[in-house]
Amino acid sequence: MNKFSAEDALRPRFTAAHKALALRGFVIAGVALLAAAVGFGFVAGVAQGVGYAAAVGGVVLAGLTGACCLLAAFVIRFAALVGRVLLTLALPIFLGGVVGIVVLAWIPALLYERVDGIKADHPGAAVSVAQFEAALTGNAAAARGPAYLAALALWPLQFQLTRDVLAVVGVVGFVSLVAMFGIWWERKVAGRMQSRLGPMRVGGWHGWAQSLADGLKLLQKEDIFIAGADRALFRLAPYVAFIPAMCLFIALPFSAAWVARDLEVGLIFIFAMLGVGVLGVLLAGWASNNKWSMLGAMREACQMISYEIPLGFALLVPIMTLGTLRLTAIGEAQSGGFHTWLAFANPFTFIAAIVFFVATLASCKRAPFDLPEAESELVAGYLTEYSGFRWALFFFAEYAEMFAVAALASVLFFGAWYSPLPASWGAAWADGPLWQRAVHGVLYSGPIWFVLKGFFFFFVQLWLRWTLPRIRLDQVMYACVQVLLPLTMVALLGNTLWLWLVRPGAWLAVAVNLILTAIGGLTVVAMAAIVLYGYLNRRRLVGTMAVDPLPGG
Amino acid sequence: MLTIGLTHYLVLAAALLCCGLYVMTTKRNAVGILIGAELVLNAAALNLVAFARYGAGGLDGQVATLFVIVLAAAEAAIAIAIFVNYYRVLATIDADRGDTLKG
Amino acid sequence: MTRGWLYRLPLPALLAASALAADGAAAPAADPGKAVAFYLVAAVTVGSALGCAIATNIVRMAMCLLGTLGGVALLYFLMSATFLGVIQLIVYAGGTLIVIVFGVMLTSRAYGVKLRPRPVEVLAALVVCGALLVGLVAVLLRTDWPAAPAGGAAEGTVAALGGSLLSVYLVPFELASVLLLAVMIGAAYLAQPALPTAGDGAGPEE
Repeated sequence: MNKFSAEDALRPRFTAAHKALALRGFVIAGVALLAAAVGFGFVAGVAQGVGYAAAVGGVVLAGLTGACCLLAAFVIRFAALVGRVLLTLALPIFLGGVVGIVVLAWIPALLYERVDGIKADHPGAAVSVAQFEAALTGNAAAARGPAYLAALALWPLQFQLTRDVLAVVGVVGFVSLVAMFGIWWERKVAGRMQSRLGPMRVGGWHGWAQSLADGLKLLQKEDIFIAGADRALFRLAPYVAFIPAMCLFIALPFSAAWVARDLEVGLIFIFAMLGVGVLGVLLAGWASNNKWSMLGAMREACQMISYEIPLGFALLVPIMTLGTLRLTAIGEAQSGGFHTWLAFANPFTFIAAIVFFVATLASCKRAPFDLPEAESELVAGYLTEYSGFRWALFFFAEYAEMFAVAALASVLFFGAWYSPLPASWGAAWADGPLWQRAVHGVLYSGPIWFVLKGFFFFFVQLWLRWTLPRIRLDQVMYACVQVLLPLTMVALLGNTLWLWLVRPGAWLAVAVNLILTAIGGLTVVAMAAIVLYGYLNRRRLVGTMAVDPLPGG
Repeated sequence: MLTIGLTHYLVLAAALLCCGLYVMTTKRNAVGILIGAELVLNAAALNLVAFARYGAGGLDGQVATLFVIVLAAAEAAIAIAIFVNYYRVLATIDADRGDTLKG
Repeated sequence: MTRGWLYRLPLPALLAASALAADGAAAPAADPGKAVAFYLVAAVTVGSALGCAIATNIVRMAMCLLGTLGGVALLYFLMSATFLGVIQLIVYAGGTLIVIVFGVMLTSRAYGVKLRPRPVEVLAALVVCGALLVGLVAVLLRTDWPAAPAGGAAEGTVAALGGSLLSVYLVPFELASVLLLAVMIGAAYLAQPALPTAGDGAGPEE
């Protein structure tokens, strides 16, 4: 293995020959894949009834990959132009991304319903395009009218494979948005907690494009390898951390219908993916051939294995109460509003909710449990040797997991995607005139509340990080084995006895429910009051909000 | 070939078993031998689930697989504890060097 | 030159396959998509098992084991044993494998030290394993297995599994918990640092 020398650092990484090669490769691959997609489509159209799913998968996969290849070729060829366009159109592109993700998640839910309805009318093999057109126009003999195009667009949606590909695209897009927004938000929160402003320059309003700029910067950074490290494992590690963080979202229900796969074992699937992600960190630490990285990785493994136990015990409480592992079923059981949330059902679920939240902090390496990347002790822990895109992948994984566990806490204990308002209040408006239905839709909408709750707990994680000091490793282990573990065992045992002895609707159950609901409500009101106080006094607390012009700007 | 049946899974498990055996016999690192054992256990568990799915056993195969997974976890924990001790005594993890009882 | 794509390649495929395989019960029996998924996952599983056999670096072996364990979990998903698949991921990939990697890191002082087997050992192992594989496959292909009852296991597997664990298999279940307790105590005892004993000058370093 060659030693990295000063000449290597000065030599440009990519020459013109590299660029031309990449350009040619991407163009050829893109055209070939698009041709393959057309071919697949032709096969699917001609060979009715034979290999529909495979053919459609071919069309979608090959078409998407081909388009991506051509896009890459375009970016390589017209790099300067693309850069200028990105700079001038940053805001529209960003907003377009947000809208695109929402549309990608929302439109299919509506379309799938329609497609499934049509499919139910034609039992047996796959529904043909003509049958779709007939169903859309209501005319059995309609031939190639304007509805034919719509039918053509609907046709692939009847196959599970197409839906899966769309779901994967949506998940990746959503996770990217969460990570970019989360990083910006964390920096803003950190700034405000330290009486400063945080990023203010990039993009205009409060530096909203900071993460975008950072992402572009990271992509351009030099990709450093350490002499003497295991290159293959060093490359592999970010993906081992990133892929499980993505797979989490396959089972995460944004609403009863908005879930990529409503798995029967959804809850423990997410739990499993959280556990597998640790291997990436462990691998990164090992492959970096660096003592700091290694120590960080060992701490992470130690911490994760230990905290899986209280986490698992805390998960057992809702599982036992509701008797299911299906996340949508757990959500449905808490549909009645604030007082029906599982955390307020009895004292033991309340304890379990708190323990769950603390344990997820540890499993996401968040402060006060951020020992694996303790910057004052270990440089940057397992991230020390990483740079550029690989480093960014670790961060994507971390923020995706943060949002996922926050959302999981809301699914398990805090009413999932249901509004905190009691369902009975809105029942009359659900069938009223259009404006009433619109208000009801916003106030009781599943995905909106789900994302709001997810980001609320996300914010609590940030808040804790910038408030609490980091604790020592032995204190981490003490907190796990001697505090959280006995607490969860008490919660599990108590919950068992409660379910066995206290009938739902008994005076004790109602009284405890009321008290716990009041505690929860008071907490939320107190937090809102703190936030409001901070907002009203922001000039005094943060200092002047004015941004000085850049030197020379 | 497009209808996946019992034989497909059994052949796959046989391949896994042979890989595991090869790993167990050739690796000198004690942890490597443990990894080989895990491969063999996985092959057996895969067989059990395949028979539960395509055979006439119902869910029994799945229950047995649960026990296999539990046993594998227990075995790994004990084995790693032994290896750590081994390393502490002999300052190596080479399984061929653990011959001090030979005399 | 960079060969990074080689390592990246299986992962998106795994992601797609897991999405594809996640609900095995919904699809009909003769689904070409499912067959493609099977062959994809089978290739990943056997490929990483082979990688395990070929690799000389112990951490690489552990990562190959991760590939095999994940592949087997996906195969469980394909056979609609979703609960087992997830348990496989939690216990094996999330627990056992981490313990193994931890053990590797505790027991190898020098980075990248390789213990190579002697060529004669490799040859003998290859012959024996190859013969075993050929024999097994030959037997498997000729055996006429009793046909499955229609449908196989479907939804509600978790409840059924739990029911049988607490009724028919209650004794093994309890035995397993006793075993786990014994293992916990045993592992803690084995791995504890050597106690300083009087007059023990030649004890292990500590």
